Amino acid sequence: MADLLINTFGLPDWLAWSVTAMVAAVLILNVIAGGALVFIWAERKIAARIQDRLGPTRTGGRFGWLQSLADGIKLLAKEDLMPEGADALLFRIAPYVSFCASFCAFIALPFAFDVVGQRLNVGVFFVVAVLGLEVFGVILAGYASASKWSLFGAMREAAQVVSYEVPLGMCVVVPVMLAGSMDLVTIGEKQAGWFTNWYLFHDPFTFVIFWVYVTCAVASVNRAPFDLAEAESELVAGFHTEYSGLRWSFFFMAEYGSMFLVSALAAVLFLGGWNGPVPVARLLGLSEGTGDTAHYLVRLVGCGNLLLKATLGVLVMMWIRWTLPRLRIDQVMTTCLKYCTPIAAAMFAGVLLWQLALPGGLVRGLPHWLSRPSGEIREGWLEGPGGRAVQRSRTTSDPSQAAPRAAAMPEPSVSRPGSHGVAEVRP
Amino acid sequence: MSGASIGLLAAFTPPLAAINWHSVLFFLFAVVACACAVAVVLADNVVRMAFYLVLSLGATAGLFFLAGAEFVGAMQLMIYVGGTLVLLVFGVMLTAQAPFVAIKTSSSDRVLAGLVGAALLVVLLQSAFRVDAWRRPAVADPGPPTATPLGMALLGIRVDEPAAGSPAAGGSVAVVRNGYLLPFEIVSVHLLVVLVGAAYLARAKRRRTPRAIDVAASSTGPETAAREARRSSTSALVSGGRP
Amino acid sequence: MMFCSAAPCAVALAAGFPALPLLAAAPFTTPVGVAHYLVVGAILFTTGVVCMALKRNALGVLMGIELVLNGANVNFVAFSSSYLRGEGAASLGLDGQAIALFVILLAAAEAAVALAITLNFYNNHATVDVDQADDLKG
Repeated sequence: MADLLINTFGLPDWLAWSVTAMVAAVLILNVIAGGALVFIWAERKIAARIQDRLGPTRTGGRFGWLQSLADGIKLLAKEDLMPEGADALLFRIAPYVSFCASFCAFIALPFAFDVVGQRLNVGVFFVVAVLGLEVFGVILAGYASASKWSLFGAMREAAQVVSYEVPLGMCVVVPVMLAGSMDLVTIGEKQAGWFTNWYLFHDPFTFVIFWVYVTCAVASVNRAPFDLAEAESELVAGFHTEYSGLRWSFFFMAEYGSMFLVSALAAVLFLGGWNGPVPVARLLGLSEGTGDTAHYLVRLVGCGNLLLKATLGVLVMMWIRWTLPRLRIDQVMTTCLKYCTPIAAAMFAGVLLWQLALPGGLVRGLPHWLSRPSGEIREGWLEGPGGRAVQRSRTTSDPSQAAPRAAAMPEPSVSRPGSHGVAEVRP
Repeated sequence: MSGASIGLLAAFTPPLAAINWHSVLFFLFAVVACACAVAVVLADNVVRMAFYLVLSLGATAGLFFLAGAEFVGAMQLMIYVGGTLVLLVFGVMLTAQAPFVAIKTSSSDRVLAGLVGAALLVVLLQSAFRVDAWRRPAVADPGPPTATPLGMALLGIRVDEPAAGSPAAGGSVAVVRNGYLLPFEIVSVHLLVVLVGAAYLARAKRRRTPRAIDVAASSTGPETAAREARRSSTSALVSGGRP
Repeated sequence: MMFCSAAPCAVALAAGFPALPLLAAAPFTTPVGVAHYLVVGAILFTTGVVCMALKRNALGVLMGIELVLNGANVNFVAFSSSYLRGEGAASLGLDGQAIALFVILLAAAEAAVALAITLNFYNNHATVDVDQADDLKG
């Protein structure tokens, strides 16, 4: 977009980049905030229907569309309290720390091919790392509330989030291994084509790993059935007891933002990301030479696909919340250490062996339109000193692909979908 | 006065035309990192110290990203900030009882430490600006991304500097490993040993005499508590609290 | 801009009129080199050393150690960066980043052990004040 601003409108470089950055930030903020509004309403409706009642039906029409807005206005108008013994600075800053962690992870999340805040080479790693920083907001809130129960609730929640990062990391490594890159755009791109290309259907081990990921993600964002830190607020006190009004709403924007983020991450890693179940663009014959409008439309549809999948993920999380009973802290830790971690490790080993034994997939000889895309690895080092020679010497490389690989020139800044520059390293 | 400010604004525009966002972001992260590091030293409340340390290390991760070391930046966020600092904050929370939250240092100690620190800073800054090559501005082309070469190097295969005899450099010898495989394995075993050791060190021990901290909690006042603690701890050492 | 209302300041500003805005904007227009990163590393390192020397809280000393290691890491990453290397200068390349990686890992390991020791000390002495860790004093 910055190139568009520079070339078409003749803006100076620095202004173009700052405008682009601001547009990206505002869009992401809208996704989080608007998403939170919609999800709060959806949560109340889903909870109601599961519990055989109606939910909000008065505010703004028959379905209570404006209920979230009414909630927001109520929260804004509440009195801003702070407990007497509370640490003022830490008490005030804790919700923003949580929200910042949730927001920053969206920087590396792609919404369509190359529609990403910042295309990081280590996208997956960055998202998982920043998600783990949300725990600081919780700890600070628990401590700064000057209440013993807040502190204990916060410590428990922090322990839960930190413990579940281990199996979450192992689950996340599996698609990275299958795609050969930590770049989220590359991982999504490798699942282009029919829905059979999605990593969910790659092999049975990945299928199991997906469900382990769902469990760990739900635990990581402290949703039921792993929400004892929030539930304790009904019984004793949680970390956000002393928070009211806008500060409390920041905690919950952070929570809904994180829910959306882990769902979107699951969609990119396992469910094909912005690729629909049917490769419409390829069937319609769109290719590089078609023109810019077609590409923008394809990317728009891609964004819609990803948002749809992420929203479905969030709705499933809400469904689980209102169906399953809450786990105790020892059950939460048992699930993590005795079930999720060993299963994730075993499945990881399984995927490893599957890749070694059946690198071409279970069914060989698939027609081109049904097979997995041989996307490129847009990394310049393949062409660096000793790069080409290293490719030839590696045993996993397909000799028939050596010629096009050696002749190709990777372009790190190319933003055209489906361009096959460098062939992939793994067949 | 308004005329002078407008004049100043007008004079600002030529430099504004060449804003280098990389430099702006560098200064933002650098100022946050340094200011929060200084705040760690100046703060008395240990919880606030931990918070400032988190901000400082987070800003350092930003600096790593700006220098093009994306993998190291993500590692910093995940391991240092998300792991080590969470551990530290847990430790702070466990020991943040009222008398220990803000322990003050004597002013003579502070003056001495300040002098030593200032001398060290002067030496380091002088050496930083001494080498000519380090003062030249950055090049425009950031170079290739480094996650995969780093991963390969950790497995023992250097793709950026192939070993002398390998086919990559034109020779015919089998690839000689000159990467970081051995340090990688050593660090893995090291982490395992450290985790087992730390868990063993911090386990709950069966004691014949009550813990000093429990004795201290039941008595009144921090001074008497500390005295009680020393007495009971020495007696525990003599009688041998059974592990 | 607020102090340009005072007359002597206005005179001084008028005298240095062309140079001052350029000087003020210099941090935002000149590209950074390795030396800038080294300054940040030096400040972090020195702050860590002072923190280690000053703090009586054992966890404060631990925080000082973390700052020292981070200062060293900033230096390593600056030397290894292919972006910051300036024209004609060599850089450590991948080695610097690998070293920074290992420093981070070892710092995590060392923090775990130091925290275990601190917790033991706290359990046995009911304080985290390192000035009171003098049981072995003669």
